[in-house]
Amino acid sequence: MGLFDRHAGLLDAYRDVRTTGADPFQIRMERVLSPTEAIINGKKCLLVGTNNYFGLTFDPSCMEAAIEAIKAEGTGTTGSRIANGSYSEHVALEQEIAEFYGKKHCMVFTTGYQANLRVISTLVGAEDFLLIDADSHASIYDACKMTQAEVVRFKHNDPASLEARLRRLGDKPGNRLVVLEGIYSMLGDSAPLKEFVEVCKKYGAYVLVDEAHSLGSLGENGRGLCEAVGVLDDCHFIVGTFSKTLGAIGGYCVSDDPDFDILRVTTRAYMFTASPPPSIVASVRQALRVVKARPELRKQLWDNVHTLYDGLAAQGFKLGPEHGPVVGVHLPDRMTAIGFWRAMLDAGIYVNVAVPPATPNGVSLLRCSLCAVHTKEQLEHMIEVMTGIGRQMGVLAPKLKVAGGSR
Amino acid sequence: MIVENDGASVLLRRVPTRGEVMAEIVTQLAPFRSDDTQLIRGATVISKDLAIDSLAVMDMVMELEDRFDVSIPMNLVAEIQTVDELADTILKLASRR
Repeated sequence: MGLFDRHAGLLDAYRDVRTTGADPFQIRMERVLSPTEAIINGKKCLLVGTNNYFGLTFDPSCMEAAIEAIKAEGTGTTGSRIANGSYSEHVALEQEIAEFYGKKHCMVFTTGYQANLRVISTLVGAEDFLLIDADSHASIYDACKMTQAEVVRFKHNDPASLEARLRRLGDKPGNRLVVLEGIYSMLGDSAPLKEFVEVCKKYGAYVLVDEAHSLGSLGENGRGLCEAVGVLDDCHFIVGTFSKTLGAIGGYCVSDDPDFDILRVTTRAYMFTASPPPSIVASVRQALRVVKARPELRKQLWDNVHTLYDGLAAQGFKLGPEHGPVVGVHLPDRMTAIGFWRAMLDAGIYVNVAVPPATPNGVSLLRCSLCAVHTKEQLEHMIEVMTGIGRQMGVLAPKLKVAGGSR
Repeated sequence: MIVENDGASVLLRRVPTRGEVMAEIVTQLAPFRSDDTQLIRGATVISKDLAIDSLAVMDMVMELEDRFDVSIPMNLVAEIQTVDELADTILKLASRR
C-alpha cells in the first residue's frame, strides 16, 4: 500500500470537485484591492467569504502601525516566547487583551489554531474529561488527539446532551472541561451559552469558549458571545484569533485563573514556535484600539448581516438557523454547491464553498461572511446574482411561485 | 425496568441485553448499507463494509450513547472495528454503571 492510498476516497471526491473546471481549494487571489474586492482569474471580484468582519486589513492606522514596527524592530522575532521572542510589545498586547475582557491573564500565540490546539490539550490530562460540541472546529478536534484526557462529544448546541454526559461521569475523579464556540464557522449559529454555563456550574465543569468568529461582532463592546449573554465571569477560558476581525494572524487565551501563567512553560505551541512578528503585534494592538473606538463598525456589520440574510431568505434560499456575520446557504448536494460556487465566481462574486467531510451532518454549503464595509449596493447585487443562479440551477422555485420569506 | 421518555428518544437505564444492543446498532446502521439486501452482522466491519464516514460513525455513537445511557470516549470509538466490538463496548460500559 502506497503512502497516499489511504486518501483514495478523498481523491475521488476532489476529482468530482475539479470536473466543474475550477478548483475551489486552489483559488488564487491575484491581487487583493480592498477588504471587499480582489482580482481573481484576471477579473475584479466582490469578496463575501474572507472572515474580514470589520474590514481592518486595509485600515490606514493598522497598516501604518505595522510599517512603523517593521522599521523599528525588523521583520521577525526569530525565536519563541520562552527564548528571544518576547518583546515589550508582546507583553503590552497581552495586557491590552486581558484588559479588554476584564480578565487577569492573557497569552498570545502565533496562530489561533495553535492556541486552541495546545491550550485545550494542555489544560486537561490523564484522568480528566474533555467534553466537546459535535460541530467543533478542526483545531478543537485535533486538540482531542493530543490530550490524555477522555474525550466525549455532545450533540451540537444541545445543553441537555451535555448534561447527560456530565451526569454519566458521576463521581469519577478528574477535572471536566467543556469547549464551546461563540459562533460556529460553517452555519454561523451561536451556542446557547447561558444554558450551557448553567449545566457546567451544576456539575463543576470548567468552560472554554472560542470566540474566533464573534470577537468584535457580538456583545456591547465586541467581546463576543460571553459578553452578549452576560457570562464573561463564568467562562474560565476565552480563546480567540487575530486573523478575522483584527485583520492579521495569531491567537490568544485569557483567564482569571491565578495559576494561568504556568501555561507559558507547559504549552508547547507557545514554547516551540517563533512568536508573532513585530508588524503583526503592532497592527493587532491598533486594530483592538479601532474595535474599542469605533462601535459603529459593529452596527454596519449587523446592518449588512440583515441585508444579506433577509434578502436571501426572501428569495427562498435555505439558510443557517440565525442571523450572524457568517451566513451559510444550504444546497442539496456537493456537486450543486460546487457548480453554484463556480457560477458565482464567473459572475464576479467570491464566497467559500464547504462540502463534506468538512461540514457537519454532511451538508453542502456556500459560506458567506460579511464585512462592515460592504455597501448595500454590493450586497443587493449579490442577492440578485444568487437568485438568478438559484433559479437557473433549479435550487429556487421559478419566479412566479416565490412568495418570499419562505425557508 | 426503568424506561424514561426524555422526548425524542427512550432512555434505557437498566443493563440492556446483547440482543437489544445489537438490534439498536442494526437500526442505526441501516441507512448506511450499500444496498437494501445487505445484512448487518456481528462481524460487519463498520467503516469498511458500510458506506459511512468517520463523522457519521461518531454521530451514530452519540445516538447509541443516549439510548443506553453510557458515554463511549472518542479514543475507544476509534478502536472499534466491528458491530460485535461496538456491542461489547456498550454492554461493558452499561454494566459498570
